[in-house]
Amino acid sequence: MTAHIFSVLVEDSPGVLSRVTGLFSRRGFNIESLAVGHCEQPDTSRITIVVTGNDFQIEQVKKQLNKLIEVIKVIDISEYEHVERELALIKLKAEPGSNRSEIMQIAGIFRAKIIDVGNETLVVEVTGDSGKIAAIQDLLSPYGILELVRTGKIALQRGSSTVCAGR
Amino acid sequence: MKSGAQILIEGLKEQGVDIIFGYPGGVVLPIYDELYDADIRHVLVRHEQAAIHAADGYARASGRTGVCLATSGPGACNLVTGLATAYMDSIPVVAITGQVPTSLLGNDAFQESDITGITMPVTKHNFLVQDARDLKRIIREAFHIASTGRKGPVLIDIPKDVSTAMIPDVDGPGEQPRLRGYKPKYQGHSKMIQRAVDLLLKAERPIIYAGGGVILSDASRELVTLAERMCMPVSTTLMGLGCIPTSHPLNLGMLGMHGTEYANYAITESDLLFSIGVRFDDRVTGKIEAFAPHAKIIHIDIDPAEIGKNKQPDVPIVGDAKSVLLEMISKIPESCPHPEWSERVESWKKNHPLRFQEDGKLHPQYVIKKLAEILGKKGIIVSEVGQNQMWAAQWFSFTRPRQWISSGGLGTMGYGFPASMGAHFACPDEPVVVLAGDGSFQMNIQELGTVAQYNIPVKVIILNNRFLGMVRQWQQLFYEHRYSYTELPEVHFERIAQAYGIEAATVTRASDVEEAIKAALAHPGPYVLDVRVEREENVFPMVPAGANISEMIVGHHTEHEEE
Ligand SMILES: Cc1ncc(C[n+]2csc(CCOP(=O)(O)OP(=O)(O)O)c2C)c(N)n1
Ligand SMILES: [Mg+2]
Repeated sequence: MTAHIFSVLVEDSPGVLSRVTGLFSRRGFNIESLAVGHCEQPDTSRITIVVTGNDFQIEQVKKQLNKLIEVIKVIDISEYEHVERELALIKLKAEPGSNRSEIMQIAGIFRAKIIDVGNETLVVEVTGDSGKIAAIQDLLSPYGILELVRTGKIALQRGSSTVCAGR
Repeated sequence: MKSGAQILIEGLKEQGVDIIFGYPGGVVLPIYDELYDADIRHVLVRHEQAAIHAADGYARASGRTGVCLATSGPGACNLVTGLATAYMDSIPVVAITGQVPTSLLGNDAFQESDITGITMPVTKHNFLVQDARDLKRIIREAFHIASTGRKGPVLIDIPKDVSTAMIPDVDGPGEQPRLRGYKPKYQGHSKMIQRAVDLLLKAERPIIYAGGGVILSDASRELVTLAERMCMPVSTTLMGLGCIPTSHPLNLGMLGMHGTEYANYAITESDLLFSIGVRFDDRVTGKIEAFAPHAKIIHIDIDPAEIGKNKQPDVPIVGDAKSVLLEMISKIPESCPHPEWSERVESWKKNHPLRFQEDGKLHPQYVIKKLAEILGKKGIIVSEVGQNQMWAAQWFSFTRPRQWISSGGLGTMGYGFPASMGAHFACPDEPVVVLAGDGSFQMNIQELGTVAQYNIPVKVIILNNRFLGMVRQWQQLFYEHRYSYTELPEVHFERIAQAYGIEAATVTRASDVEEAIKAALAHPGPYVLDVRVEREENVFPMVPAGANISEMIVGHHTEHEEE
C-alpha cells in the first residue's frame, strides 16, 4: 500500500468532479486528498488526487478514470521525478502576552507566515510537502490549534515534461 | 428558427432512428407534440421500464442503437433498472428524459429528479442539456459514445425550456464529435498479437472462452474460423451464446455455474485459455484461483479496465475482437490439429451430456427442446431470468449471433417480455419467442397492453412452475428445503391474456406441447402459452457459488447411471 499522486486533466464541465469522486467511492478506492482548479488550458481543469492502494488497485484507478468520457488524461505523477506542495492554514489560540513570540519563531523556522492576528488568535500559513506540514502541526499543537485547513496535495513533474490535453 | 424539440427529432433522424419506445408526461409534451407528425415511429409502452428494455432488445437484435423516451421524475426513475441492465451487458441505448425547466432546477420542483446524478453509475455517460444550442452536438455525441468502443447506455436529460426554446437554425451536416477524453482503441498491439499467436501454436490443450464482446463486435465468423484452424473447442458465456452454432462439433456450450460438465472440465484441464470479449465474471469462474489453473491466458477486450480486473492474463490485448481475430487468422496456418486433446474433449462430451428425465412428464427442458426442433434455424429467443433462462441457454439450439437475447450481467427479471417487443421491431420477419418464468413475466405483464395495441406478434411461453424457481432451487440445495416466500399462487395467464384481447392457451401434458407451440407460432398476432411444468425441477449441472467449476452438482438422476 503506497500513496500515489494522480494528475487528472478533465473537461471543465458541471458534474465532472462528482463523476470522478463517485467512481472512487463506488469502486472502493480511498481518496487521501483532492485538489481541483482551472489549469493552463482553456475549458480544462486539473484534479490532483492522492490515493493509497496496492499495485492492482492503483492500476484499476487509472483505467477506470480513463474510461470517464470527460477525463482527458491521467498520469500517476509519483512514477516520475516531481515536485509536490500542500498549503495549510492553522488558527491558534494566542492570547496577548502569552506565547505569541514562540509561535512566531516556530513559524519563522518553517518559513510560514502569520497572515492574521486577532485579539486572541493567530493564523499561520504554511506551504510544503506533507512531512513539513505534519511537523509544524506537531510543534504548534501544544499552543492549541483551534482550526486547521489543508488544500490537498498538488504536484507537477520536474523538468520539461507536462501533462497536456493534446488534440 | 427551430425549437429544441424539433432539433431533437431531426437529430434522431440524422442518426437513423426509426423507432422510439416511450411514455409521455408534462415536461416532454413539446417533444411529443413534435413526434405527432414526425416520420419516426413511436411505441407507447405501459411502463417506462418496458420502454428501455424494448430499446435494449431492439439494440441486441439489430446491432443498432435503441432509443427510449420518458418524462421527468417518476418516468425517468423508472428507466434506472433498464439503464443498469444495458450497462452491465454493454448495449448501445440512448435514453431521452424530460426535465423541469432550467429556472426550477435544484428547487425540488414538481416531478424533478436529479436523473443525471442518479444514473451516473449505470450509464456510460450522461448529459444535462442546459442550452438548446448544445442539443444538436450532444445528440451526436450521445450516439457516438453509445455505439463505439465498449458500447453502453447514454442518457440525455432535456429541460422543458430547452425543448421549447427557439433558436436560429444552424443546419447542415455537423462535424464528427470531437471528444478529447474519448478515443476507443480498435487495433490490437501487433507485438501482443504475435505473442498470442505463438502461445496458441505452442499450446497442446487450447480452448476458447468467448463472451458477449464477440457478438457486439460482429466477430462470430472470425471466431469460428480461428477455432476450426486450431481445432480448438469453444465454450461461451451466457452472453456469448450464438457466436458459434450449438451444433458445431467444436462447440462445448456454456461454461460456469450452469455450464455443461464438458465445458467446465475442458476449461479446468486446458493449458491455454483464449478469452475473447469476456469479463471473468464470478458466475463463470467460480473460485477464481481454481479457474483454468493450468492455463496460460490470452485476453482480448476493447475495454482496458477489464484486462487484469479479475484475472491477470499472460497476453493482454486491448482492441476490437473482430480486428484482432482477423490479424491472428492471417498468422495462423490452415490446420493445426490436437488429436489427443480433441479426443479427450469428445469423450467428456459423450460421457457427460446435458440431460433431464425423459419420463413423459412435462419437464421444462422438453419444451425448449421441442421449440428448437420446430423453429429450426429461425427465430429469436428472448429469456426472462431464473431457471427458465438457464434452461433456455442449455437446451435451445442456437444457429447465429443475435438470436439470443437475455439479461446477463444484471439478471433483470421482467426484462424479457418488453425486450421481445424491441426484437420484433428490429427483425420483423423473425418469429420472436419469449421463454419466461411465471415470476418474471409478472414483473412486466402490463406490456400485454402494448403487444395487443400494436399487434406485436411475440409468443410468450411461460414455463410455469408456480415458484420463483431459481431461488427455490437454492433454498432446496443450500437452505434445507426451507421455501421461504418463493411459492407463487396459481395464475390463469390464459385468461389474463384474453382480457387484453390476446390469444392464449394452457398446456398441462407433455404430449400436447408440440401442437401447442405450433399453434402459437402459426398465429399471426401475439400469443401467450401457459405451460404447467414439473414444479420442482432443478437446473443442473450447478457449481455452488464460490466453488471450483470442476466440482459440479450434476443432479440426482445421474446417480444410477454408470459412467
Ligand atoms: C428484479 C429481480 N428481482 C429479484 C431477482 C432474484 N431472482 C432471480 S431468479 C428469481 C426467480 C425467478 O422466478 P421465475 O421468473 O418464475 O423463473 P423460474 O426460476 O421459476 O424459471 C428471482 C426472484 C432478480 N433476478 N431480479
Ligand atoms: Mg417460476
